[in-house]
Amino acid sequence: MESKGKVFRYGDNVDTDVIIPARYLNTSVHSELAKHCMEDIDADFATNVQDGDIIVGDKNFGCGSSREHAPIAIKASGVSCVIARSFARIFYRNSLNIGLPILECPEACDNIESGDEVEVNFDSGLIKNITKGTEFQAEPFPPFMQELIKAGGLAAYIKNRGEN
Amino acid sequence: MGMTMSQKLLASKAGLDSVRAGQLIMADLDLVLGNDITAPVAINEFDKFGKKEVFDKDKIALVPDHFAPNKDIKAAEQCNCMRQFARKNEITNYFEVGQMGVEHALLPEKGLVTAGDLVIGADSHTCTYGALGAFSTGVGSTDMACGMATGQAWFKVPSAIKFNLTGKFNKNIGGKDLILHIIGMIGVDGALYQSMEFSGPGVKNLTIDDRFTVANMAIEAGGKNGIFPVDDITLKYLIDHGAKVPTIFEADEDAEYVETFDIDLSTIKSTVAYPHLPENTKTFDEIEEVKIDQVVIGSCTNGRLSDLEKAARILKGHKINPNIRCLVLPATQQIWKDAMHAGYFDIFIDSGCVVSTPTCGPCLGGHMGILAEGERAVSTTNRNFVGRMGHVKSEVYLAGPEVAAASAITGYITDPNTIEEK
Repeated sequence: MESKGKVFRYGDNVDTDVIIPARYLNTSVHSELAKHCMEDIDADFATNVQDGDIIVGDKNFGCGSSREHAPIAIKASGVSCVIARSFARIFYRNSLNIGLPILECPEACDNIESGDEVEVNFDSGLIKNITKGTEFQAEPFPPFMQELIKAGGLAAYIKNRGEN
Repeated sequence: MGMTMSQKLLASKAGLDSVRAGQLIMADLDLVLGNDITAPVAINEFDKFGKKEVFDKDKIALVPDHFAPNKDIKAAEQCNCMRQFARKNEITNYFEVGQMGVEHALLPEKGLVTAGDLVIGADSHTCTYGALGAFSTGVGSTDMACGMATGQAWFKVPSAIKFNLTGKFNKNIGGKDLILHIIGMIGVDGALYQSMEFSGPGVKNLTIDDRFTVANMAIEAGGKNGIFPVDDITLKYLIDHGAKVPTIFEADEDAEYVETFDIDLSTIKSTVAYPHLPENTKTFDEIEEVKIDQVVIGSCTNGRLSDLEKAARILKGHKINPNIRCLVLPATQQIWKDAMHAGYFDIFIDSGCVVSTPTCGPCLGGHMGILAEGERAVSTTNRNFVGRMGHVKSEVYLAGPEVAAASAITGYITDPNTIEEK
């Protein structure tokens, strides 16, 4: 499994209120949420993002509210992967549960800027900054997590495995 | 090696003799919670499992509190989605408008959480019930759906930070000042993935409402849970509210903590968190005149009867500044009635405040008190992120009910000790 795209770079403590403001939580329609993704820190994000693009943050990405709408909005906007120095725990769990791959990699965060072209291999955990010609190693996803992401999330994964 | 209080509770719920930090466990849940924002997403996921029934209709709580009473048509559809699910599955603890309150004030009040319980909720402030000696933590909607289907959830056993409390608060200081002080000290990711365990002789000097406020904001330090030991104050609360028989877990003498902080409660000062993070705390020796437009007194953090009592004591005999809108939101119907009978509503209304039905509305910028561009609020809620209560260029200052009430009187952020008591 791989992803490749242009980077949108943010800082520390990107909270779920700026990822998807609560004023838009009166719906859970994915495409509606995507329209307002990152709106309160990057008003142009929804217009500029393209399928496959990658978000890179710093520490404590996704802090705050437990709203699963936050990773849903990111995934529905076409983002293929989020890389950060660290993630808030509920956001981390929610992202994988809905099949949005996210990776912790402080070295990558030190060396990736907005607009860089980045490629991520989830089998090996290798993050390549194509623009700068640099490479970084993150912890690869174990096979079950790759299957879960491919299935589109935990619910579909459990159903596929016939565990229920 | 010994276990922390949280670890012992988790081991018990996983049917294990012991657990260690970092271990992955599958554990049995005593309660699964959702609200009108998170439950519809969970219900959609639940339907994907193909399961016909929930694991236990008595162990699920559904509370329409965020955009309820319905703020618009879309919100009405969300609330209705949850209502229909509750009816179809005969959920015992669905609370319709009229019975509902802000979920984390409501569930303990209804006796739905007891000491020793393991609770997950699709709301980040689910950590509130740690005040009662429960392990409770916020999750997303998919985890809630799995919990409703199976009665179980997987956990990574957390390590812990210990807060050893001594002494007692001075006048006009409370749980909110303590937790803001702690978040200011360790930062918004200071307890990331960890338990915050409170202990020491100072615990007995904290009211149960102080403990709810402190545990409620563990998430604002990144914590997985906040938890208090069970004492006579806890047991009295549980008995008074008809909770199930408690199971008491205590940390082992040789439990290992990542870090221990000693805090003398008598040294805590009135504390205010400046925009746009709860860690941006200041005390009044550092606070200059900050003019405000709105004051909110309420929420799962500070909407309980004692919070309203503190605000009423400050406001009594005063008028609020004419440039201020001061919104008071008792967190549950019972608190509403109790506050009314205690005469607090006369004080609030005579001073120029408005009293609202219970709702989370303004805390998350949902409805019932949205801020315009450039406006500032002092709020007893729990988050002051960019755009949290309205316009992206509005500002939220977090504080306890005494500071909030004092600020409503003067129109700027004010030390409650400077207000004449009448």
